[in-house]
Amino acid sequence: MTRQDALFNYVLKLGDQSLVYGHRMSEWCSKAPMLEEDLALTNIALDYIGRARAFLSYAAELEGKSRSEDDLAYKRGEREFYNNLMVELPIGDFAFTMARQFLLSSYEYFLFTGLAQSKDEKLAAIANKVIKEVRYHWTHSRDWLMRLGLGTSVSHEKLQRAIDELWIYTDELFETGPEDQLLKSAGIVFNMDEIKTVWTELVHSILKEIDITIPETTFSQTGSRLGIHTEHLGHLLAEMQYLVRAYPEARW
Amino acid sequence: MDVLIAGTSFQDKIDHDINIEPKDVMPDEYRTHLIRQISQHAHSEVIGMQPEGNWITRAPSLRAKQILLAKIQDEGGHGLYLYSAAETLGISRDEMIRQLHEGKARYSNIFNYPALTWADIGAIGWLVDGAAIVNQVSLQKTSYGPYARAMVRICKEESFHQRQGYEIMAHMMDGTADQKQMAQDAVNRWWWPALMMFGPHDSDSPHSGAAFRWKIKNKSNDELRRKFIDKTVPQAEVIGLRIPDPDLKWNEMKQSYDHGKINWEEFRQVINGNGPCNRQRMQHHVKYHEEGRWVREAAEAYKNRLKQSN
Repeated sequence: MTRQDALFNYVLKLGDQSLVYGHRMSEWCSKAPMLEEDLALTNIALDYIGRARAFLSYAAELEGKSRSEDDLAYKRGEREFYNNLMVELPIGDFAFTMARQFLLSSYEYFLFTGLAQSKDEKLAAIANKVIKEVRYHWTHSRDWLMRLGLGTSVSHEKLQRAIDELWIYTDELFETGPEDQLLKSAGIVFNMDEIKTVWTELVHSILKEIDITIPETTFSQTGSRLGIHTEHLGHLLAEMQYLVRAYPEARW
Repeated sequence: MDVLIAGTSFQDKIDHDINIEPKDVMPDEYRTHLIRQISQHAHSEVIGMQPEGNWITRAPSLRAKQILLAKIQDEGGHGLYLYSAAETLGISRDEMIRQLHEGKARYSNIFNYPALTWADIGAIGWLVDGAAIVNQVSLQKTSYGPYARAMVRICKEESFHQRQGYEIMAHMMDGTADQKQMAQDAVNRWWWPALMMFGPHDSDSPHSGAAFRWKIKNKSNDELRRKFIDKTVPQAEVIGLRIPDPDLKWNEMKQSYDHGKINWEEFRQVINGNGPCNRQRMQHHVKYHEEGRWVREAAEAYKNRLKQSN
């Protein structure tokens, strides 16, 4: 694998992560508990779709096979997507959505802070832009975790259940493969173990503050690096890609 | 006596085109009329998120998805300013939502039609937002200050929405036979409901008298409808779309289009709850409002907890 290939895979994965998660968040439109939150959730969705475009168009450029961001988004099948399993899970209830946002934004905060220093200038530039959004998403989800965790017994219980469900998907966020090693040695990406350490510290401290217990599990779900997903992704892609697949000659 | 003086000064302000502000004295009927109109307008923005939201996950390009998401967010934002404008008249948002759920407050009839294909997203932006703008531009001069100011802001965003819709239509009319057929089909379905958005003919409009005297309204339903038609027909011609009205004809004398008969029976049916999506739209709104209750309760409990600890 060349460094160019490794970087393509890495950037594609970031694009898939943003696209699939942005899709999930966009499903909240007109369904939030209050209008202000409807705007906040669709705004988050919009940030992720914007980010997906930035990463996928960069991936397309790195690949050099004259595919576009839309080709990558709309014309790959479910075994060719590399987003983490966590982001493709259905939106669940509001507690699930906020718990996932919090776990993810905490991870993204450290990830993109690192990538902002990348030796790959374009990746660093995108990361720099993204980090501003991540801070807002993080604060927003942290505030909701406080409200739900300390609000009522109902909200506390729902939040606990959400964390219980999500926890087995957290480890996968930090998985690395051969291409990460190659990119790490070139100063393009950074040490995931370090990110995992600070992430764990941050997440534990906030969850402790709101009396949420972290489940004791010894196993975690994995597969996305090989394009092996949950059953949910196929449905998501079927919906997202339907028009482009149904009218292959059309340009929109 | 006081009432008389108050009444005079209110009408004086109206006659001199001075905006009425929240703390000013105003007749109860003026207040009631505005609450009805502004809350209906706010509910329309919010319910309107449903037919368009229906296509976010299926938008055929990432750019189109981004634009549609941004547009729907704008609509939600308009809902927020309008709820706030109505609140200055002494009604809470909770009460307005209750009235909506109980069927006492309405929202625009147009959102009781389904968004069936991607071309409908184009048609909604171009025709529905296009019709809304004509109405809202005239409301920028409405007599109630907070409503007029909300309209100024809303109009800026709506004109972007209309262009977004037109761009989708233009693109499809430049595309494959399937796309052209889809675009024409959407116009066929949305044209007449868009004309109905302006309400009954002036001769049959029940609220117009007082609304004109108080300058809440300054153009009649028929005048606004004509403006919309005159503006839209040439836009359709440019991209090759046919307006589904065999009686539509340019009237040289009036320098305006004459249009065919509007099916007011359909209008009455939809307004009375028998449109294709009336039940669906309300059920959706009620369902998610109910499902969100525990979240609102948690937020409230947390706020109280913070207050107590301070």
